[in-house]
Amino acid sequence: MPKVSMVVNGKKVSGDIDSRTLLVQFLREELRLTGTHVGCDTSQCGCCVVHVNGSSLKSCTVLALSLEGANVVTIEGLAQDGKLHPMQEAFRENHGLQCGFCTPGMIMAAVDMVNRKGPDMDEATIRHELEGNICRCTGYHNIVKAIADGAQKMGVAPQAAAAE
Amino acid sequence: MYAFTYHRPETARKATNLVAKVEDAKFLAGGMTLLPTMKQRLAAPTALIDLSTAEDMRGIELKGRNVVIGAMTRHFDVANSALVKEKIPALADLASMIGDPAVRHRGTIGGSVANNDPAADYPSACLALNATIITNKRKIPADEFFVGLFETALEEGELIVKISFPIPSKAAYEKFRNPASRYAIVGVFVAKKGSEARVAVTGAGSGGVFRPNRLEAALTAKFHPKGLDGLSFPAEGLNTDIHADAEYRAHLIMVMTRRAVAKALAK
Repeated sequence: MPKVSMVVNGKKVSGDIDSRTLLVQFLREELRLTGTHVGCDTSQCGCCVVHVNGSSLKSCTVLALSLEGANVVTIEGLAQDGKLHPMQEAFRENHGLQCGFCTPGMIMAAVDMVNRKGPDMDEATIRHELEGNICRCTGYHNIVKAIADGAQKMGVAPQAAAAE
Repeated sequence: MYAFTYHRPETARKATNLVAKVEDAKFLAGGMTLLPTMKQRLAAPTALIDLSTAEDMRGIELKGRNVVIGAMTRHFDVANSALVKEKIPALADLASMIGDPAVRHRGTIGGSVANNDPAADYPSACLALNATIITNKRKIPADEFFVGLFETALEEGELIVKISFPIPSKAAYEKFRNPASRYAIVGVFVAKKGSEARVAVTGAGSGGVFRPNRLEAALTAKFHPKGLDGLSFPAEGLNTDIHADAEYRAHLIMVMTRRAVAKALAK
């Protein structure tokens, strides 16, 4: 079986995998990082969003082998030293989730959004940028609030996403 | 997904050499369509040739009066390219409307054009801007490239290496999106170069992207939304599906064309 190596959440990892292994399967089944979820498996819902070389990607729609040598950050890589990332903290404070299934993808998409758009996004921008993430519980209102709040906190606090 | 062997060549030439040697091999660009299709077992190539490390297929450059974009350039990079924004802002605008941010980080212009999905965005830009599709073997004018639904002039094993877009004097893209998939229910790209206006419609035609000749003639005579006054578009030959029927699409073609012309003039 072909071998793949990459850096996940700052750690070098490798595995012998079937060539059809998707990144999300490698993360969940080989590395046991089950924070990244599979919702739709058709690249619509965004539950599986992770960061690859600094940008958001749907890990259900990329082969693990394509990412040889890549730097991957999952939801498990955001909190540092037991302290939540400002975006995670903002989701908690603003009740930006109910069942929590879409939350890892929402947060990874949100951090990517702030990295690209900066801390001062208006509501329309956040809603537009969230079009690749689907939540079936909250109606998005508190998610949008949480992202606006988290964006501000990320802008102020030193960036905790050190794994990138 | 069925099993396949995986290859990752470093150049376009190595990729085309491989595809000639390996039986039943398919090129993998961004994979935003091919991988979901393989997961549904609608495609089952026995080998994949991943182009993601083919550095010579990436990048954007100005060549004379053309913007030339490598086939493996991601949508995100086209949308944010200073060169594209300056020379053909409508093309950057179109790229920024494809899918969602995560899809734009991975999907490529060459993949979209080679796939020729009847609701994809890029084919309309190629057709309206009179682009040239440059493969490892030849140069194909956009007018001859898009043959039908998911069908192109590409031969077996032929690879798009880059796409050359002549710089228009005015251009714009407007799309009416499916709210779930973000694909175009109707998308219209208008471009004016010299005295000629070209229009391309995606999402609507039962044979894929097409040029509405009567609208082009009207806009060549007068490149203004008013140039379309009194015109309507026939519903025959347009798609009907759960999202929109042919009459509605015909109506949307006129609305999107007017909006695109107004947007092109406002720039």
